[in-house]
Amino acid sequence: MRVFVPCDAAAIAVGADDVAAAISEAARARGIGVEIVRNGSRGLLWLEPLVEAETPHGRIAYGPVDADGVAGLFDAGFLDGAPHPLRIGRPEEHPFLKRQTRLAFARCGITDPLSLDDYRRQGGLKGLERAIAIGPAATVEEVISSGLRGRGGAGFPTGIKWRTVAEAKGPQKYIVCNADEGDSGTFADRMMMEGDPFCLIEGMAIAGLAVGATKGYVYLRSEYPHAAAAMNQAIARARRHGLLGGHLLGSAYAFDMEVRIGAGAYVCGEETALLDSLEGKRGQVRAKPPLPAHVGLFGKPTVVNNVISLASVPFILAEGGAAYRDFGMGRSRGTMPVQLAGNIKHSGLFETAFGITLGELVDDIGGGTATGRPVRAVQVGGPLGAYFPRALFDTPFDYEAFAARDGLIGHGGIVVFDDTVNMLEQARFAFEFCAFESCGKCTPCRIGSKRGVETLDEIRAGIEAALKLALLEDLCETLKFGSLCALGGFTPYPVLSAIAHFPEDFGIHPRLAEAE
Amino acid sequence: MTAAIDDITRAIIAQHLAREGAALPILHALQAEFGYLPEETLPMVADALNISRAEIYGVATFYHDFHLEPRGKHTLTLCRAEACQSMGGVALAERAKARLGVDFGETAAGGQITLEQTFCLGLCACAPSATIDGKPIGRLTPQKLDAIIAETAR
Repeated sequence: MRVFVPCDAAAIAVGADDVAAAISEAARARGIGVEIVRNGSRGLLWLEPLVEAETPHGRIAYGPVDADGVAGLFDAGFLDGAPHPLRIGRPEEHPFLKRQTRLAFARCGITDPLSLDDYRRQGGLKGLERAIAIGPAATVEEVISSGLRGRGGAGFPTGIKWRTVAEAKGPQKYIVCNADEGDSGTFADRMMMEGDPFCLIEGMAIAGLAVGATKGYVYLRSEYPHAAAAMNQAIARARRHGLLGGHLLGSAYAFDMEVRIGAGAYVCGEETALLDSLEGKRGQVRAKPPLPAHVGLFGKPTVVNNVISLASVPFILAEGGAAYRDFGMGRSRGTMPVQLAGNIKHSGLFETAFGITLGELVDDIGGGTATGRPVRAVQVGGPLGAYFPRALFDTPFDYEAFAARDGLIGHGGIVVFDDTVNMLEQARFAFEFCAFESCGKCTPCRIGSKRGVETLDEIRAGIEAALKLALLEDLCETLKFGSLCALGGFTPYPVLSAIAHFPEDFGIHPRLAEAE
Repeated sequence: MTAAIDDITRAIIAQHLAREGAALPILHALQAEFGYLPEETLPMVADALNISRAEIYGVATFYHDFHLEPRGKHTLTLCRAEACQSMGGVALAERAKARLGVDFGETAAGGQITLEQTFCLGLCACAPSATIDGKPIGRLTPQKLDAIIAETAR
């Protein structure tokens, strides 16, 4: 008899370890043989800890379960899928999962994350096998044809980046996985590494094969110790089974990788700061050019890709670039794991083809706020993303559509706020965050962010507010065009969107603002 | 005491020195061992990596994770990023500061507990969140926060 209790850090944060221990204990007391599998999370995070019992009718889920409720589940007969107030039914029939298109997250929540057998049984390694069969050049072409763009936020075509590195000359090249997922409202990378680490390993091995790199690093933020533990164990197993090492799956290609832990610096999510940090330096941004593809880690040609970009590659190789490209809209091809976070009823991970609207995601799938109050604002794309009001809920989830409305999709995080939010405070926080995390290399970011906080304090205090607002917009221009990287360059997004869409919080009469 | 620190530091450095970009792995290992980075360790790391003392000091002070002073026995870290703000994180932060009588980065209750802030733990779908000695806590409430403080500050 198998019971699944997620090992995902978010599930643990709401008591999954205690639930697993209570199930073991109760089973022993009742003389029932139960094997507990610590799976990844299904992504229905508002229902965590989500416990699943394997029955002849499939896996039946119950949630949210707490340790005190375990005895009651046994009494009700949950091991046979019996009725109970917390019974969800078959997870795959739940509308939140049923409406998704799970390509990257196809296995997450289903398998034991550290079982290579599970991984293979659920379609794993087909991508790497095909890459070995078709060779480096065709592998790069497959990724180009898929239309995959960087899921970290920048949206640069992944295949083009790979081709640049493949064409670069040099005895040593690197694959660097950017797992410094620092944006508030995002957790897809963490869920992937904890729930299906072999998928990332396979993606990196394919990348190495494609561009001629034999060494990979996962730069993983220190805030994710559970992900680090899962990745390290998975890498050790992958090595033992020949998925990494001198002969990938017995082929002539070599690739190995290791995890490096960051040290609490948001700016190290910027690829050049990340490279400096990996080299053992202060995580300061480098001026571009040269591009990391030409002069990257230790000066060598380097692919820097986000976790989800790399984890999307096994599907693309296994099923073909066209199968991936068939999903999505415009120039945004494939799927995006959208993360519904903050004050939202149905919080979790929702992987879907591009094109779904913001309103569908927040109201329909997310079910509105957790507090039950009206949704006032949503921030899309992390702390450097714009705040959107309800009036923009018809915006389709797509790189270009968000850009056209002065926003960005970033890494796919959506943070929902109810009507108690004060948007001047949110704008002020954006500057405060920028000041706290600035690497200090360029002046607009280092100094401008502090001046931004002070100016908003003056506006809040009503000191020459109209004048100061004009000054603030001017300051944002300087940040936008004068900063070395997105930290300073994008901080104006949350600030200016807050002012534009919620002028009343800045002491501007909405109708006057419109008349201008 | 210092001799012991020297020996342990030397051993830790030797363990990681051959790795590419060894500075961060060494600093992490030292902090895991001592709880912070004792003053005498940094020149030793600089020597081993063949960089100046100023450079290693620059690295150690750049990252929020590294501490040059001893810490409390326990560390309570509250997430202060947007997703947690949307679920009452600001009030929780003020409450923790008031209960402990310290600001972020400071140690309270006679060395029992250090209060820290972080910007995102990746637990944004069960906000507000925190960690106590690295253990993640989601759906934090004022009552849970008070209980954690009462438990650890004792």
